[in-house]
Amino acid sequence: MAGAAVQRRLTWLVAEVVDLIEETATVRTVVFEVPGWAGHLPGQHVDVRLTAEDGYRAQRSYSISAPEEGTRVEITVERVEDGEVSPFLVEDLLVGDRIELRGPIGGYFVWEPGRDGPVQLIGGGAGVAPLMAMVRARAAAGTAEPMALLYSARSESDIVYRAELDAIAKASDGIEVTYILTRSWPPGWDGFTKRVDREILEEVAIPPHLDPTVFVCGPTGFVETVASILVDSGHRPDRIRTERFGPTGEP
Amino acid sequence: MSFVTRGFRGRRRQDAPVDRVPPGQYVTADFPVLSAGPTPRISQEEWAFNVTDRDGSERSWTWAEFMELPSESITVDIHCVTKWSKLETVWRGVSLDVLLSGLDTSSGYAQAYSYGGYTTNLPVVDLTGGKAWIAHSYDGRPLAPEHGGPARLLVPHLYFWKSAKWVRGIVLSDEDRPGFWESYGYHNYGDPWREQRYSGD
Repeated sequence: MAGAAVQRRLTWLVAEVVDLIEETATVRTVVFEVPGWAGHLPGQHVDVRLTAEDGYRAQRSYSISAPEEGTRVEITVERVEDGEVSPFLVEDLLVGDRIELRGPIGGYFVWEPGRDGPVQLIGGGAGVAPLMAMVRARAAAGTAEPMALLYSARSESDIVYRAELDAIAKASDGIEVTYILTRSWPPGWDGFTKRVDREILEEVAIPPHLDPTVFVCGPTGFVETVASILVDSGHRPDRIRTERFGPTGEP
Repeated sequence: MSFVTRGFRGRRRQDAPVDRVPPGQYVTADFPVLSAGPTPRISQEEWAFNVTDRDGSERSWTWAEFMELPSESITVDIHCVTKWSKLETVWRGVSLDVLLSGLDTSSGYAQAYSYGGYTTNLPVVDLTGGKAWIAHSYDGRPLAPEHGGPARLLVPHLYFWKSAKWVRGIVLSDEDRPGFWESYGYHNYGDPWREQRYSGD
């Protein structure tokens, strides 16, 4: 467990929206410029704080979806039906608006280029966000360790970062991307068309004898299922790192 | 503070009294699951709970012995550092006052450790005086593995990462050793009412 976070105070910083990317019908990436940002590792997250005119505040946590790049911080947010914060971020926030955030937070669900050994990433839905920071970091660094992303989405139009992932997989040695569609798929789709199961994981995941570090992120049921299958298939529990989005749908 | 996010109104959830919800938290009816790794599957037969005193002496309970101890019903609000709070959760468990009886609990630190390797630390005085339990039931049922079953520590007055799931023992010490999340920048004590989420808060 190397790389324990430096024990320093996390102060609230003012973050200005500099770009908005509509990823899918329900998912948006928000890019902030954050003066004073101290940098982060792929996989870490931020706390976001919104303040209404009457002083009312709400806080939530969101994974950072891109590797460190100066004082830019980007998060990818899925609109949660009935949510309090995510509908505002996905529907109402405009370029030039300001919010507060602090971070980076978390030092366990992280990976950085140059770490030994192969890396298996397994994401469900919006759980791909912190994994995308790792994929982008690996692609940019051009390092040698094999990386495989297994990404489960409801339908083809729900795949976030599709064009970029396809381009990275094509251009990079040692990065593989496999999609699973669970609810609907287009004619001619030759990928998996069911919920993730043991058959899929044993066919495409980096096998236990290569001792990959495995990062699993998604809704609780998805993560529980995947982590249990991995352990049953012979992966060491201490090589499996998980991040779960609770049934509340937040963060 | 004068900072305002344009257009944000928020949804003031009036379903909970303000004095029950610590700063920065929101109330949920669900019971989210948060863990750093796979859920350990520990049978009652292999489960045991140990207390190690400062001098290295140990006391230990098998599941059967543990369940012979007096259990209490506990109704408490719980607060997760990831911002959700859940009110009026109902548990059954054995008080740490029972498990630590006869030991010097007036000072020092405790490290709780779990099946799967998780650890967390807290002052011993936060475990005694009817403030902490080893819980084996939730909502009238045996505690589910994803929520920490067979048994978890329950210390509801601190953020919930202190309530170690799959707990297998507690070590008393004069030395305060940071646990798992405490080593990754989370607050050493974790009082939700003082919003002690991260180191330095």
